Amino acid sequence: MPRPTVAALIDTANAEALRRILAGDPWLIDVVAARDVLPRLGERRILHAGPPIEWARMCGPMRGAVAGIAVFEGWARDLAEAEHLAETGAFAFEPNHHHDCVGPMTGMTTPSQMLLVVENRAFGNRAYCAINEGLGKVMRFGGNDAEVLDRIRWLTAEFGPALGAALRQLGGIALKPLIARGLTMGDEMHQRNVGCSSLLLRQLAPAMARTSPGGEALARALAFIAGNDQFHLNVAMAMGKAIMDPVRGIEGSTVVTAMCRNGTDFGIHVSATGDRWFTAPVEMPQGLYFPGFSAADANPDMGDSAIVETVGLGGFAMAAAPAVIGFVGAGNASDALAITRLMREITLAENPEWAIPALDQQGVPTAIDIRLVVETGIAPTINTGIAHRKPGVGQVGAGVVKAPLGCFTAALEAVAETMGVA
Amino acid sequence: MSTVLNEVRRGTYLDSVALMRVASAIKSMDGVDECGLMMGTPANRRIMAEAGVLAAEGETAGPGDLVIAIRALDAKVAAAAIAEAGRLLSRPKRASATGSATASPRTLRSAVSALPGANLALISVPGAFAATEAMKAFSAGLNVLLFSDNVSLDDEIALKTEARARGLLMMGPDCGTAIIGGVPLAFANAVTRGDTGIIGASGTGIQEVSSLVSNGGGGISHAIGTGGRDLSRDVGGITTLMALDLLDADPATRQIVLISKPPAPEVARTVLARVARSPKRVVVCFIGAKDLDLPRNAVAAATLEDAANVALGREGISSATPSMRPPIGKLRGLYSGGTLAAEAQLILSRAGLRIASNAPVSGSATMAEAEGRHTILDLGDDAYTIGRPHPMIEPAVRDREIVAALASPDCAVVLLDCVLGYGSHPDPAGHLARLVEARPPGGPRIVASVTGTDADPQPRALQVQRLRAAGIEVSPSNAAATRHALELLSQATPPNRR
Amino acid sequence: MPPEPSDGLPPVGATRLLADGPKVINVGLDSFATELASQDRAVVHVDWVPPAGGDPRIARLLAKLST
Repeated sequence: MPRPTVAALIDTANAEALRRILAGDPWLIDVVAARDVLPRLGERRILHAGPPIEWARMCGPMRGAVAGIAVFEGWARDLAEAEHLAETGAFAFEPNHHHDCVGPMTGMTTPSQMLLVVENRAFGNRAYCAINEGLGKVMRFGGNDAEVLDRIRWLTAEFGPALGAALRQLGGIALKPLIARGLTMGDEMHQRNVGCSSLLLRQLAPAMARTSPGGEALARALAFIAGNDQFHLNVAMAMGKAIMDPVRGIEGSTVVTAMCRNGTDFGIHVSATGDRWFTAPVEMPQGLYFPGFSAADANPDMGDSAIVETVGLGGFAMAAAPAVIGFVGAGNASDALAITRLMREITLAENPEWAIPALDQQGVPTAIDIRLVVETGIAPTINTGIAHRKPGVGQVGAGVVKAPLGCFTAALEAVAETMGVA
Repeated sequence: MSTVLNEVRRGTYLDSVALMRVASAIKSMDGVDECGLMMGTPANRRIMAEAGVLAAEGETAGPGDLVIAIRALDAKVAAAAIAEAGRLLSRPKRASATGSATASPRTLRSAVSALPGANLALISVPGAFAATEAMKAFSAGLNVLLFSDNVSLDDEIALKTEARARGLLMMGPDCGTAIIGGVPLAFANAVTRGDTGIIGASGTGIQEVSSLVSNGGGGISHAIGTGGRDLSRDVGGITTLMALDLLDADPATRQIVLISKPPAPEVARTVLARVARSPKRVVVCFIGAKDLDLPRNAVAAATLEDAANVALGREGISSATPSMRPPIGKLRGLYSGGTLAAEAQLILSRAGLRIASNAPVSGSATMAEAEGRHTILDLGDDAYTIGRPHPMIEPAVRDREIVAALASPDCAVVLLDCVLGYGSHPDPAGHLARLVEARPPGGPRIVASVTGTDADPQPRALQVQRLRAAGIEVSPSNAAATRHALELLSQATPPNRR
Repeated sequence: MPPEPSDGLPPVGATRLLADGPKVINVGLDSFATELASQDRAVVHVDWVPPAGGDPRIARLLAKLST
């Protein structure tokens, strides 16, 4: 028998990677305090979005969120003290991805926060993501004033435990079928989660009524979900992480297992190279701005939310969500189809369980192969929110951003090295 | 002092993306400082208030109401901006003009899924990338026509070995012409289908033979290009041998024409041994080869024209060399087709002329020794096509040489080819005619052949007519044109008596 | 030494090409695809760009990992 070629070994490894992605069976099962499930998350340790970064290189909104979360945790009396502590090295910073977590935009994860828990029942692993705070001035976009912190306190003290109780009462919510329905309702699960958020509320409301003391607290909780079109985004993110983590570490596989950004760098993980980061300077989103803001106010791209694209949703599922296509180009529905078709060029397969009606039920493009990205020069398209570049301001717009090709090229070279190819 | 003006459209819901698009258009209007188009939710109203665009009117809006909020230079500009926003909001969306949703696939792999049953990759990317694309095609189960040149010999061997291991046909590299099942590929002519199969190492060789067979009442089953190096020692004739297998087994093929420059001796032995096992007649046209030891089912043809004649059952009648007096002036052959240039050299050498060429065949000298010799230039040779189109695509690239030859005091005859078919220039005869029709009387005679058929995109009869109208003498084949040039040469008036 | 003509699979794919006629994936000059399409022949044109943005070193590496 002739020895299989390197390409054949990679193809075999990628087939296994694809199998694991498609076999994933994610369930939203609980809401828990971070300190109870993340043993390595100690005091004064702050998890953030994207690849590793130190305070000195952090962008404005990331610094704003760090200051805000430090006050929330009681590690500083006020924002000024928090910033001073950060500057003097009082906090340890680590990527969410090192702790089975993901977080949108700035992606702050600290011990006192309540985290959504998604379990991949096919593989037994769990992934975590904080609860979506809603729109407007919020910590994930770098907001950190009293209103922002009060909301997080409410999420921690009242809403999170209520949601967790309801989920336990339900025995969890299967997410694959939820996403499948959301795709038929115009969601792509990154910029648009209206359908899935509504579907979640329909499933959760009876259970919350059953498990909560009722009255105003229940009303507040239901109104919070009902009033937040993006409530489901953080669920989708934890789901993406839960699906992709079992795909890590397959020898020879060139499938991307994570994409994320910290506002300064864009980073990816590739299956063959496990937890090794490949980074490149993050790009500026192209998008549309809220009144009073323009591209001059925009911070470069941020967040772990591109895990959603990594599993074939978000920009990859644009064809399912013509309503958000206005963020790019001419803004015609046919452009949405074209983007999904383009993403199919850099992926190994389609996910038959997540079909897009407008593409004749073609599944979402699944399993990004860095070889195809480097070959075609087609960068993954990521749908994203846009934060103000200054700390404390918050969201100023939304748009799309392209993953920088440099990290894919670097990853390709590293995988080649692991295969003994120079 | 600026003006803030709001309009509230009650009960009007519009997607925030659509609204932001309109807002960005309004903001770019002269005199507009700031603009917000938002549904009137409390959060949105606060955003607009902080942006300094919310007026009392806007404060009254509810979540189901659309707010158009403007801050502008003056009230007039603000009113115009609101009107413009209203116009943009009511304008129907334009349909996608580009049809971008059906854009071409970006990779060979996705093209295969877009064309079920695909069985051939026609690859013409730059040489450095060609081998990789061909390998991908084989992986996808596709046969390959590799038009690209500048593919290394090592890559050619690797590709052909891979193709053979997969039972796939690899035509090329530098394969300019093929006709498969009546479909002309790359540079090929619209020929009649028939029972003659062609295996050719050169594009113009295949074009000339297939056109002559078709014009002579015969037809072509398939024409398979092998690439110019296939019968070299290193490649060993992998494609030629597979093509013989294929045409042997092909019920539509009754006889086979094999066209190449002379093979390496050991490869010639292998190929001829394979020919001997063929149940079909094989016309062997190794241009310039001598003393071939052919098996009984094979017939030798010295020129492309001979090969076509043999295939048509007119055994070798026209290739007799005309007797001639020693010529006085010089012949200048200016070719776009390399094999046509080789055929001309051969005929002229055999008639006793001393020839120099940039692509010399056996018996010709190089251009370094052109002094005192007749010359045949292959203007499709790499040296002429660096950074320029091939003369078959852009006939203008040989204009300079043609003009120079016509003005040359020692030139008596200019010999040209004119290659038609798919891939070629849409009107090569028209271009030639325009170039030469204004020439002064008494210059060199111009003789041409036109390779192609009346079914080509440039119908041959019309092309011939155009050339003749410009005073160009047109022969039915390149060999015939060469012989006609010889005759003219022997009758030529000495240039100094013109 | 020239390889033996018989070492390989029976040329099934090649035989089918001749029997079925070409269905073409065109990679490179788009005029070839245009001309086939004008004759109502089955053809899909690939909007090809040099791999790895034309970086020859990465393109070579990519070729080794892809084919």
